[in-house]
Amino acid sequence: MADSTLKLKKLPDREPPENTIGWIAWIRDNLFSSATNTLTTLIFVYLFYLYIPPFIEWAIINANISGTDRSVCDTNKSGACWTFIKIRLEQLLFGLYFASNPEQTWRPIVAFSVFGMLIIPLVIDKTPHKKWLLIALLTLYPLLFICVVYGGVFGIPVSDTGQWGGLLLTFALSFVGIIVALPLGILLALGRRSEMPIVKMMSVTYIEFWRGTPLITILFMASVMLPLFFPSGVDFDKVVRAMIGITLFQSAYTAEAVRGGLQAIDKGQNEAAMALGMGYWRRTILIVLPQALKISIPSIVNTFIALFKDTSLVSIIGLLDLLKMAQNSSRSLDWNGYDIEGYLFAGFVFWIFCYGMSSYSQKLERKLDTDRRAE
Amino acid sequence: MKSTTIPLHRNPKLRSFVVQASLLLLVAYALFSVYQTTVSNLEERGIKTSTSFFDEVAPFKVGYSPFLEFKLGETTYIEVFFIGVLNTLLVAVLGILAATVLGFFIGIMRTSQNWLASKCALFYVETFRNMPLLLQIMFWNFAIFLAFLPPPKQSIEMGVFFLNSRGLHTPVPFIENHLLSTIWFGVIFASFVGTFVFAKWSKKRFESTGKSLPVFLISLSSIITVSYITFVILGSPLGIDIPVLGKFNFKGGGQLPLPLFSLWFALTIYTSAFIAENVRAGISSISKGQVEAARSIGLTRTQMVKMIILPQALRVVIPPTISQYLNLTKNSSLAIAVGFEEVVAVWANISLNQTGQALIIIAMTIVFYECCSLFTSFILNIYNKRVQITER
Amino acid sequence: MKKITSLLTGVAFAGIAFANAAYATTLEEVQSRGELRCGVDGGVAGFSAPNDAGKMVGIDASVCDAVAAAVFGDASKVTYIPLTAAERFTALTAGEIDMVSRNTTHTLTRDATLGVNFTYYNFIDGQGFMVAKDAGLSSVKDLDGASICVQTGTTTELNMADYFRNGGMDFTPVGYSTSVQTREGLEGGACDALTSDASQLAAIRSETADPNAWTMLPEIISKEPLGPVVRQGDDQWMDIVAWTLYALINAEELGITSANVDAMKADSPNPSVGRIVGSEGETGANLGLSQDWAYNAIKQVGNYGEIYERTVEPLGIPRAGSVNDLWTRGGILYAPPVR
Repeated sequence: MADSTLKLKKLPDREPPENTIGWIAWIRDNLFSSATNTLTTLIFVYLFYLYIPPFIEWAIINANISGTDRSVCDTNKSGACWTFIKIRLEQLLFGLYFASNPEQTWRPIVAFSVFGMLIIPLVIDKTPHKKWLLIALLTLYPLLFICVVYGGVFGIPVSDTGQWGGLLLTFALSFVGIIVALPLGILLALGRRSEMPIVKMMSVTYIEFWRGTPLITILFMASVMLPLFFPSGVDFDKVVRAMIGITLFQSAYTAEAVRGGLQAIDKGQNEAAMALGMGYWRRTILIVLPQALKISIPSIVNTFIALFKDTSLVSIIGLLDLLKMAQNSSRSLDWNGYDIEGYLFAGFVFWIFCYGMSSYSQKLERKLDTDRRAE
Repeated sequence: MKSTTIPLHRNPKLRSFVVQASLLLLVAYALFSVYQTTVSNLEERGIKTSTSFFDEVAPFKVGYSPFLEFKLGETTYIEVFFIGVLNTLLVAVLGILAATVLGFFIGIMRTSQNWLASKCALFYVETFRNMPLLLQIMFWNFAIFLAFLPPPKQSIEMGVFFLNSRGLHTPVPFIENHLLSTIWFGVIFASFVGTFVFAKWSKKRFESTGKSLPVFLISLSSIITVSYITFVILGSPLGIDIPVLGKFNFKGGGQLPLPLFSLWFALTIYTSAFIAENVRAGISSISKGQVEAARSIGLTRTQMVKMIILPQALRVVIPPTISQYLNLTKNSSLAIAVGFEEVVAVWANISLNQTGQALIIIAMTIVFYECCSLFTSFILNIYNKRVQITER
Repeated sequence: MKKITSLLTGVAFAGIAFANAAYATTLEEVQSRGELRCGVDGGVAGFSAPNDAGKMVGIDASVCDAVAAAVFGDASKVTYIPLTAAERFTALTAGEIDMVSRNTTHTLTRDATLGVNFTYYNFIDGQGFMVAKDAGLSSVKDLDGASICVQTGTTTELNMADYFRNGGMDFTPVGYSTSVQTREGLEGGACDALTSDASQLAAIRSETADPNAWTMLPEIISKEPLGPVVRQGDDQWMDIVAWTLYALINAEELGITSANVDAMKADSPNPSVGRIVGSEGETGANLGLSQDWAYNAIKQVGNYGEIYERTVEPLGIPRAGSVNDLWTRGGILYAPPVR
């Protein structure tokens, strides 16, 4: 072997072929890779051409935002009337009471801002002390919400739940729904997996009963029948009754989400804890639930998204939530005829929240998936 | 033997018994006290509860009842309930059919190689999934259809279909000659049986010889040809009732009133977004190896989709899709917002308002939906069992 | 599990105990609460609808104001609770509200089976039909085969069914759950006619894009006496609501207005006037109210005529000579004397 003559020399890396990189290649691979693919692309481009420019023209270029009444919009019919949303924004977000008393408007603003300050760090991966933030959100925040929005303490005038409206009401209903339904749901999920037949049967009945009924029927029940179930004199207003109905409904869905997590926990965990001599509650609270809840967070978030959308149903029993507010405003004498704008605005607000939550839950799901694969 | 003397309060059987018994007692007590309060409340407030109103004549008119004829002054409350139930089932069936087709279309588009198509499908799913259904129903009904569809006299004509602000008017076939139409239906049935036998035979032949036939195309075309030829030979035993414009509305033919049309439209779009997501998950759950293996044994694309991808994907797609069907049925109760006369609207709202019998009426509504829910779980269980067996 | 349930029963018992502490009479309850809770519709112009400042105004809302003025001497001590047609009576019987003033028709079935009492009428209405002017319709008889928009769950729906059945005519109801939706339906062409109480038709017409495009058919097919409703079993409270309304009507008859009520109180030659404004007799004490109950109501809300002029007149429903005028002027408003 004449090894001395053979020199291994590293050649410089060659660029990949021109036609496999860069935007041209990307376009070819993704848009024109075959005859059908090309045809599909052409069809879509044509559809875009048909619909997107007119929509942008209507929604942005020709849109009205200036002025304070409908005269601006009436003179320029070719564009959307965002003036209407601008003028009614406070009503849409906070309801009639906080919008008609400007000196009180700070209350829902504070409530929303604090919520934002708590929730944003929670969804960011690297935040330290997440556990404490979460506990604060679930315990201290509701207290703050009651103090600031409901009032009655520190000289803040009381604003009854009946006076809440708009996004504030939507938020309050879904927040109460999730906070109260979570512990109930956990108990029900445990009950459903219990070895005691009666406990199991009751949990199953409860869960399946609420899951089988449409929320609107439950809200009718809450608004028409609930007063019959309580002794005279125990009277809740309609918002509280809707909250009760929503919570009962939501707890069944939360229970199913938690049950999914419980099922994913290895039996060995429970058995090992049993071998250590731990009782049922210690086992459950210290070993099983922390693991199960972590797994079920994405499903819980998904049930919460469904709930958030479903709170719009309270408009049917006459509560002024975001959807109803938008509708009422666009049907009032002042803005009659601009309902597309009203619906689009309400839809957009709902969309932002739901899309945000669903992206978060998908991200979490992927993360959990890799976590568990790594094991 | 020390271990036999477990203190009583540590005996698991006894403890479980005590816990369950006390729970049972508590729940029974709670239900009983609610019952008692309710009864005394009803009495105290002077509200009378009984089912005697079932046989009373409904003093209002239900506008849309395609299955039971509504006769003002004769139809009773209980019949109104059944009209509502049938209308709910009608919109559920229509919605399920349309949402499945659209959902599969969008779901497959989502996995398309074409970037534009896939992103458009994504946009569709994320838009319609993340907005409240109620908002969508109202948007389509009030802001789009009512605002832009013309009145009956300027209907949009699509052949024998007419679309206007009252809804969609369609032609309906009716039987002109009973004997001949029975024969015709018999022939159609026979041709279905024939294609079924043919399909069995061709499957067997495929398994033994490896030769395959385009079974679906052959069956479909032969059914259509046979039924058309016999229809002509029998001298058109069915007539077609085409809607005609009357003084106010279209007369004759069938009608999907605008509320039903909007509800159907919105339910289809909303549910199809969820089904599309199921379909996408199902298709992407199939590992690449399956596709590669199918290619390497020389299957054509159609064969691969039919024999490798679909059977495995459907196993993932079908269970959540059946739950979506139940959701669609429950969601049809939002019809009340646009005035379609399904069970919640005519029974839990109108009838309740007119009779004041909240307890009985709400209970019956809930029972109806619980039945739908039980039926769905029943179907799901059967399906899961079947899939498990084929899976071994 | 056990702990939780026992906790729940504890709460339930607390609830029952709380219930026992409830007040004996509605008046005491209202007084201790410091405000009147009044059920209204909240979406019918002229009857009860929020104005630009967010305050509920209309002839129904004014009755609430007048009762609050009579009870507290302050017409602003009212919380208006917007209610749907379906829940107004349940809300009342459950004690969630103290009275309903929500364009509610007095009928035998409601009076006898729902556990409520009707007081007197603040507006006497009748059901009519509104159609497009250019449709060339001149009578309800022309509506055979038409689609008709109607608010579901109301007596309107029943009257229409009766009327068409009697006349042997056919129709297709297009039902919506709110009156605003019926308007959208009519404007959008979902129906050929809209039926509702005549007053509401006027209100709805004023809210359409082009009020001149719509016209009312001449027939009035029903009697709709509308008025405030209270719970059964508290006669004192029923008297207070009824007599507040009577006082407003009597005030108009006697020429007492919010402008001259002070002068009348200071010096009234007519003893009937004196009894109303509180300078004579013990009318307030008999009801359990202060001496100047009616004075406060008239001073702060105005007499019946003033209220009508302020709320319903702008809808285009003239009063002179109509059923809603005083009996002395050809109407049927006739209030028993305050004495």
